[in-house]
Amino acid sequence: MLDDDGVLPPVRGGGGDDGSGPGLPDYAARLRRARLGLLVALTPVIMLFVSFSSAYVVRQGLPTLDPRTNALVRDWIPVTLPKLLLINTGVLILSSVFMELARRQIRSKATSDPGVFAGDQMRVSWLSMTLVLGLVFLFGQWTAWRQLAANGFYVATTPSSSFVYLLTGTHAVHLMGGVLALFVAGIASLLRRSVATRSIVVDVTAWYWHFMAGLWIYILCLLEFAS
Amino acid sequence: MATHEFAAQESHAHGAPQGFIRKWVFSLDHKVIGLQYYFLALAAVFVGMFLSLLMRIHLIWPTLPLPILGDIKPETYLTLVTMHGTIMVFFVLTTAPQGGFGNYFLPIQIGAPDMAFPVLNMLSFWTTFLGFIVMIAAFFVAGGAPLHGWTGYAPLSALQSSGPGEGLGADLWIISIAIFCIGALMGALNFITTTLDMRAKGMTMMRMPLTVWAWFVTAILGLLAFGVLLSAGILLLMDRNLGTSFFVPLVTINGQLTGHKGGSPLLWQHLFWFFGHPEVYIAILPAMGMASQLLSVFSRKPIFGYKAMVYAILGIGFLGFMVWGHHMFMSGMSPYTAFAFSIMTMGIGVPSAIKTFNWLGTLMRGRIRFTSPMLFAIGFVSLFVTGGISGPFLAQPVLDIQLHDTYFVPAHFHLIMGVASIFGIFAATYYWFPKMFGRMMSESLARWHFWFSFIGTYAIFMPMHYLGMAGMPRRYSQMTEVAYLHDLIPLQKFITYAAFITIAGQLIFLVNLFWSMFKGKKASDNPWEATTLEWITATPPPHDNFGGHTPVVHNGPYEYNVPGAPRDYVMQTDPEIEPAH
Repeated sequence: MLDDDGVLPPVRGGGGDDGSGPGLPDYAARLRRARLGLLVALTPVIMLFVSFSSAYVVRQGLPTLDPRTNALVRDWIPVTLPKLLLINTGVLILSSVFMELARRQIRSKATSDPGVFAGDQMRVSWLSMTLVLGLVFLFGQWTAWRQLAANGFYVATTPSSSFVYLLTGTHAVHLMGGVLALFVAGIASLLRRSVATRSIVVDVTAWYWHFMAGLWIYILCLLEFAS
Repeated sequence: MATHEFAAQESHAHGAPQGFIRKWVFSLDHKVIGLQYYFLALAAVFVGMFLSLLMRIHLIWPTLPLPILGDIKPETYLTLVTMHGTIMVFFVLTTAPQGGFGNYFLPIQIGAPDMAFPVLNMLSFWTTFLGFIVMIAAFFVAGGAPLHGWTGYAPLSALQSSGPGEGLGADLWIISIAIFCIGALMGALNFITTTLDMRAKGMTMMRMPLTVWAWFVTAILGLLAFGVLLSAGILLLMDRNLGTSFFVPLVTINGQLTGHKGGSPLLWQHLFWFFGHPEVYIAILPAMGMASQLLSVFSRKPIFGYKAMVYAILGIGFLGFMVWGHHMFMSGMSPYTAFAFSIMTMGIGVPSAIKTFNWLGTLMRGRIRFTSPMLFAIGFVSLFVTGGISGPFLAQPVLDIQLHDTYFVPAHFHLIMGVASIFGIFAATYYWFPKMFGRMMSESLARWHFWFSFIGTYAIFMPMHYLGMAGMPRRYSQMTEVAYLHDLIPLQKFITYAAFITIAGQLIFLVNLFWSMFKGKKASDNPWEATTLEWITATPPPHDNFGGHTPVVHNGPYEYNVPGAPRDYVMQTDPEIEPAH
């Protein structure tokens, strides 16, 4: 039992977890907190796409009144997805692989020597390639939109085309968040942050990127097979 | 100051801010952010209250021109209804208990130096603030604010030509709510991560104060619900501005086809209420936590059935997602579906009753101190029971169809979701004001405020039940011309007069709040002789909450009247005791 000035072996966080020393939380603790934050942050993203998906399924089954015949008809005209989307999928998966390589590379550095500052170990080759492929994917999605429009499918043409634009567009906006995070990781390198700090940024971005890749595959399957 | 056990603290994520802008505007300190949320909600509640006052005046004097607005048309009245509901639900009932008190006290009550992600926390507040500005801006654009109600039912809300205010004003309304959702999600992320990852040593989940449990579960509800509302808002914006038909069926306005077809208004209702019902608990769970805390402190007894209270919070949170359909009994849903939603809705009565009986159990044989926070906590329980008791009525589809569009429903939800939650906010304000500002609030003014509010609330909302049962429809701007409602006009007048007096009573609170900040009696570190961690630190708390240390927790949060203890309360940081319960 100590007074205000009393100091016991340092402890913190997690309701009784042992800590390893005073000062900033160690690398493992910071990584754990960042990953937990990401996991929590992904929950509303999942909810967003779950509700879009449920709207997609519901809207697909709804009849509409034809004012000319006064009869209920189906207005769901499936959109033929551009083949380019498959190529884009490949690009995104490849970028995810590069992202994972970047994560593993920097993590091994961080666990062996977390205090090291930017130097030779801070090469950003895998990250750069991920970033380039991410931008290629986004450009590919934009091109696919243009192809859809060229085929006469605009946002409001049919309910199915509305959902194609909605789902691909919302996914693209979220992926842009990942691209932004990659830029942050690059800036962290330029600012000579410690390997540990950069590793955490890259780690969290990597998991987010993998999630985005998985989400894209889900969206593609939904649009292709649930129509 | 009593002796407390501390451990060395992890370095604070950010240093104490220097300068006004960094300290009070773009602050990373959770306490300042909590105050920012609180004062935002305070501004919002007076806007919302002013709108309700205009409605009440118009209802009994329909030909009287109102200040600023002039003559009130029916659509103007609907605008008042819409904006009152939206501002109150989002920017008051969601903002103050969670964003305000949760931000300020959750980290301190678990022994953390700050939230897990301080920058995100700051962004969360400013996003919410932006949402409020956008919402208020809807009043000032061409056509004015929308008239589709806070529930924004399509197709009324989905067509720009469906009425005045449904143009740019409605777009701003949707954008404001979308911005609010993003801010709320950022806040929820912080609450959950902080609670799970930053508790002090010894602060196990089952030693957390019930306030923390309430904020934690509320954050989970927000995390699951606001994403759905955001999705609905995006679809609605697309329907309105891009010509899609998610929610709009084949519909004509003034004999002209709108160009939409095939959409489902019920789809909007499902998505909205999947958010909307948990929102009720987002508003009231923090108040439940505060009531639990205060009833124990001021009864000088451990909370009755701590574990049961925790499981009841979890149960309410879980069941809250299963019952959205009871808002849609009028939509023509299958009777079997309605039956299922009805059963689930009544199921929520079980954890709610557990909480109520445990509150009463806590009060029983307690050495009650009737302080102003305690009065409001008891008032909360009273309103929760009174408002809750009409819930099982509305949970019956056959009764709901009769009562749904009458004053019975506003009476129900204002008592249980609105005023009960506001009483929780008042209780928390009077309780934590000394810690936040270092001074005590005037107890005599607080008591006047309580009796005005308590009696006034019942005077306003109890008669509304009778109006509803007598068939008086809600959302109608003028009822003086309707013959079968003539006999009810005196009751409407009574409600309006009661509203005048109750709102005047809130000025007492306002005066007390600001006067006490500067002139109130200096507060000690633990004026209520409470046990939780915010009372072991200085008043007001230092930037890092515990002056460079991290508390070590040995006891539960409600150890009062422990046999053999030197005083009638045992702090959470005191040496471990044998629990008396």
